Amino acid sequence: QDTDGDDRFGLGGEGDRDSKPDTDTPEVQPSVDNTPKCLNKALAGMSSRWKNWWIRGILTLTMISGFFLIIYMGPLPLMLMVHLAIQIKCFQEIITIGYRVYHSYELPWFRTLSWYFLLCVNYFFYGETVAENFGNLVQRDEPLQFLVRYHRFISFALYLSGFCMFVLSLVKKHYRLQFYMFAWTHVTLLIVVSQSHLVIQNLFEGLIWFIVPISTVICNDITAYICGFFFGRTPLIKLSPKKTWEGFIGGFFSTVLFGFIFAYLLAQYNYFVCPVEYSESNSFLIDCEPSDLFVLQDYTLPSVLQTVLRWKTVKLYPFQIHSIALSSFASLIGPFGGFFASGFKRAFKIKDFADTIPGHGGIMDRFDCQYLVATFVHVYLTSFIRGPNPSKVLQQVLVLQPEQQLSIFNTLKSHLTETGMIPPAIRGP
Amino acid sequence: ESEVRTDGEAPSDSEIKPDPGVPSTVDDTPEVLNKALSGMSSRWKNWWVRGILTLAMISFFFIIIYLGPMVLMMIVLCVQIKCFHEIIMIGYSVYHSYHLPWFRTLSWYFLLCVNYFFYGETVTDYFSALVQREEPLRILSKYHRFISFTLYLTGFCMFVLSLVKKHYRLQFYMFGWTHVTLLIVVTQSHLIIHNLFEGMIWFIVPISCVICNDIMAYMFGFFFGRTPLIKLSPKKTWEGFIGGFFATVVFGLLLSYVMAGWRYFVCPVEFNNDSNRFEVDCEPSDLFQLQDYTLPSVLQSLIGWETVRIYPFQIHSVALSAFASLIGPFGGFFASGFKRAFKIKDFANTIPGHGGIMDRFDCQYLMATFVNVYIGSFIRGPNPSRVMQQLLALRLDQQLHIFNTLRAHLIDKGLLSANQEATAA
Repeated sequence: QDTDGDDRFGLGGEGDRDSKPDTDTPEVQPSVDNTPKCLNKALAGMSSRWKNWWIRGILTLTMISGFFLIIYMGPLPLMLMVHLAIQIKCFQEIITIGYRVYHSYELPWFRTLSWYFLLCVNYFFYGETVAENFGNLVQRDEPLQFLVRYHRFISFALYLSGFCMFVLSLVKKHYRLQFYMFAWTHVTLLIVVSQSHLVIQNLFEGLIWFIVPISTVICNDITAYICGFFFGRTPLIKLSPKKTWEGFIGGFFSTVLFGFIFAYLLAQYNYFVCPVEYSESNSFLIDCEPSDLFVLQDYTLPSVLQTVLRWKTVKLYPFQIHSIALSSFASLIGPFGGFFASGFKRAFKIKDFADTIPGHGGIMDRFDCQYLVATFVHVYLTSFIRGPNPSKVLQQVLVLQPEQQLSIFNTLKSHLTETGMIPPAIRGP
Repeated sequence: ESEVRTDGEAPSDSEIKPDPGVPSTVDDTPEVLNKALSGMSSRWKNWWVRGILTLAMISFFFIIIYLGPMVLMMIVLCVQIKCFHEIIMIGYSVYHSYHLPWFRTLSWYFLLCVNYFFYGETVTDYFSALVQREEPLRILSKYHRFISFTLYLTGFCMFVLSLVKKHYRLQFYMFGWTHVTLLIVVTQSHLIIHNLFEGMIWFIVPISCVICNDIMAYMFGFFFGRTPLIKLSPKKTWEGFIGGFFATVVFGLLLSYVMAGWRYFVCPVEFNNDSNRFEVDCEPSDLFQLQDYTLPSVLQSLIGWETVRIYPFQIHSVALSAFASLIGPFGGFFASGFKRAFKIKDFANTIPGHGGIMDRFDCQYLMATFVNVYIGSFIRGPNPSRVMQQLLALRLDQQLHIFNTLRAHLIDKGLLSANQEATAA
């Protein structure tokens, strides 16, 4: 099976191994061809190279359709099923690599502990998300209120139990291995879990903040590959010999354009643009008055463009300008996440993170560029787009001591009266 | 006989042979001490060296407390940098990767980024008035997260660009090692600073409890020690563990009683905008006011008192001391396991007789996190002035909405009566 060489161009652009796999390391599992039988039959006639190309293509289309289907189904399925499933699968893939690298699969306690730590960290992050975004639900339920109030303490206690179990599980001959796996687990948690929760935070801000970044990364992958395929000449980086400068720059321009157009399309729909809220009636609500970002405005074109396009002004959503920032990041810096993953795979002499998706590799292979972008979008959102979250601030006010609440109440009252939000004469409800 | 630790303080292990790649322990006791103790046998000499250094460290601790919060912050920063340096050096010797020149720069760069991020958050929280005044500081604080992220990303991209063909695995190992070290050392030293700002007592009592537990557990182990506690640290015994627990709880109660009377220790550290200095003055909160507690009848018959006047803080100190004696040692076991795993005797040779700074601080880290979580969960809620700031940053209609909800909530709780509203200022 010619698994390397041409067919690793990859629509994902990850096909970047040296031409000869390193055959003298015993740790590498030979890649298994787990293409479904039906596809195999349908493509039985073609040569191996085209067959691989077709498989990749079909799987790509399947994944993209799956993505749109899930978006259509709404935030709750998105969040719980897909997000959690992807996160768990990525974690499992990386941990399995760790086991293979260190031959530590037989340390029984350690598998349990890794999953336990994953559970703890997820509990912590989901709890913070629930406390922030599901304020209504929390206020109503007594046990939930207790859990939210002491959330950090409970999470810390859970984590500590895991830590103490780790210390008690240290076995004389395997100290170093166990410490390596401990560190491996923690770094994986840092990368995979914290960033997947940033994705959720972005989602709650508005589905568009979830869809546009992911789509631009996918688009960059595909267009960089296509541009590289047709025009590629100068190699980009030694880590990924198949990537070229032409692909990189071509991908950049196409992705910015794609992001611009795609943002225009999505910004019209309340469904994508409004923050996801959890309403009183126990369901998710996506309805609001779109913020200024998503209202068409007139922009005067700079004179250069005016002469070229012969328009004076153009109606754009302000969000489209932000989308340029997002697409640029996805095309210029996002690939570094891919290079990091490539370097990682070369360092540990593996071809793919796993064999989950036929023709593409593991889930991590698809998501390696997404992580940096997710963090960037989150930081961008909190720095430039939104101020503090009003329901979160309300939560914090309600948790304060009564005297503090009173003093805040009075300060707020005088502030609002000054700015004219409350007419001074009317006091009662 | 080789340098055997004679006390149970440090979870040392005499049967490990140092790895040939690791620099062997050097006896760097100062000359003066060597001369003074030249007459004694090697074992007693070690005991004396440790004792003198212990007293020196404790005195140093008291001096810097006297010098004030600013100095304390600087010392915490220095300790943090030294701990980071010690652990990174171990990484280099384990992986023989000292010659990856980029990597030394990158490790220090990441340390700088993470510190910049945390110090920025601290400064924004506690120095808010100062920050609002100065224009450049205001911009730095408004876009703080974005700037920190950009700095970190630059380091990340430099790492990716620095990957060299033959050394991929090594470089990834060092990358992982650096990040785990940052996670442990830097985040927790910032938690210590947060505790400090809450009130010096929240900084002093936990650290003292850990030190006391070390010393007490050693003493009890020395006199009564029989049953070993854990295979990782063969010198620790159950008798030492339990004796240390009770002794530390008593010590914590006494120390809190002594400290809770002084404002200097009890008040939150604030930055006075006008005088541009740290100020530790306030009306002590309820925690630090003597109150009468009725003793449970069991204790009443024992001690013959009906009520006892203690500070509520002393009850919290029981929780802190209990944690320091029961769970804190796990930090020490973790460090022992780490040293055995990498076949090193001490983290470094900074302190004669004791080892490196990390050796002294390994139990403190869990403690610092615990105190911070404890304060956040049980003592204080969110910082009211910070909440106020966030409130004022919202849009006016959001503020109005919150105002109405708050009003309804306060009326509900009876803190505000509906007609009091009309007469309120």
